[in-house]
Amino acid sequence: MKTAAATNEAALIARVLAGEDGLFHELIRPYEKLVYVTIFAIVKNETEAEDGAQETMISAYRNLKSFRGEAKFSTWLVTIAMNEARKRLRKAKAAAEDSLDEGSEEGEGDYTPAVLTDWREIPLEALERKELKKKLREAVGKLPEKYREVFVLRDIEELNQEETAAALGITVTLVKVRLHRARMMLQKMLVPYLKSAAPSRGGFFRRWFQ
Amino acid sequence: MNLECKHVWEQISGYLDKQLDPEMLAAVERHLETCEVCSAILDSTRNILVLTADERTYELPVGYSKRLHERLTVVISGENGGG
Repeated sequence: MKTAAATNEAALIARVLAGEDGLFHELIRPYEKLVYVTIFAIVKNETEAEDGAQETMISAYRNLKSFRGEAKFSTWLVTIAMNEARKRLRKAKAAAEDSLDEGSEEGEGDYTPAVLTDWREIPLEALERKELKKKLREAVGKLPEKYREVFVLRDIEELNQEETAAALGITVTLVKVRLHRARMMLQKMLVPYLKSAAPSRGGFFRRWFQ
Repeated sequence: MNLECKHVWEQISGYLDKQLDPEMLAAVERHLETCEVCSAILDSTRNILVLTADERTYELPVGYSKRLHERLTVVISGENGGG
């Protein structure tokens, strides 16, 4: 069963295609952030992400008649956004090699989590901290591209596995594998900051080993 | 089924997404009850996902929406013969 929102969306698309082009503004309004964040998390640059988001929406407008309604409109937009992000990343990479993305073939690398001793549960307020969010964005930016793409769509944009697989042109199994590895790599990178967000035990050794 | 820590680590993502089959889920939960190391890994990974899903983690630049719609207006009117 389609939701009321999806029905409205299908009606909006039909009206835009029938000549009410101005309604395209309304059609994309709910997805402005989705498109920007998807591209930003991949290209790691605000200006590039904003340009890319504009290009994505323009491309969606020009190609709207090729949208068949088999996928969700949001998934279709994300697919365009992801291609735009990849294109921009290639261009940036041609200028400056991103060593972290080199040699990250399947099966290589370390996907085991960081083992924590002296772990304390973190109160929700501590996770509100701005620095922690910044560290997270930086860590996501350090993930090899193919893991980053899956993480962005699954855990930032909260697309389901099937939508993510469709948007990236990979299998659901590969989505699961890459998502797991991405999460474990992030856990490893972020544990030091998470630990410092936890209430201190105040012990000498704790401070010593931070 | 008795799991070692490293086998539990492989299931963390599936556990968080509630995708483990009942037998594996029971084994993982049994392990977590007694293993502080794996519980800490699970907890920290979950914290990261909470942080990721927070919509304030990724914010839009000021004026983004306005600029986007202005550009679209130009494109749309340009492709409709200036109307």
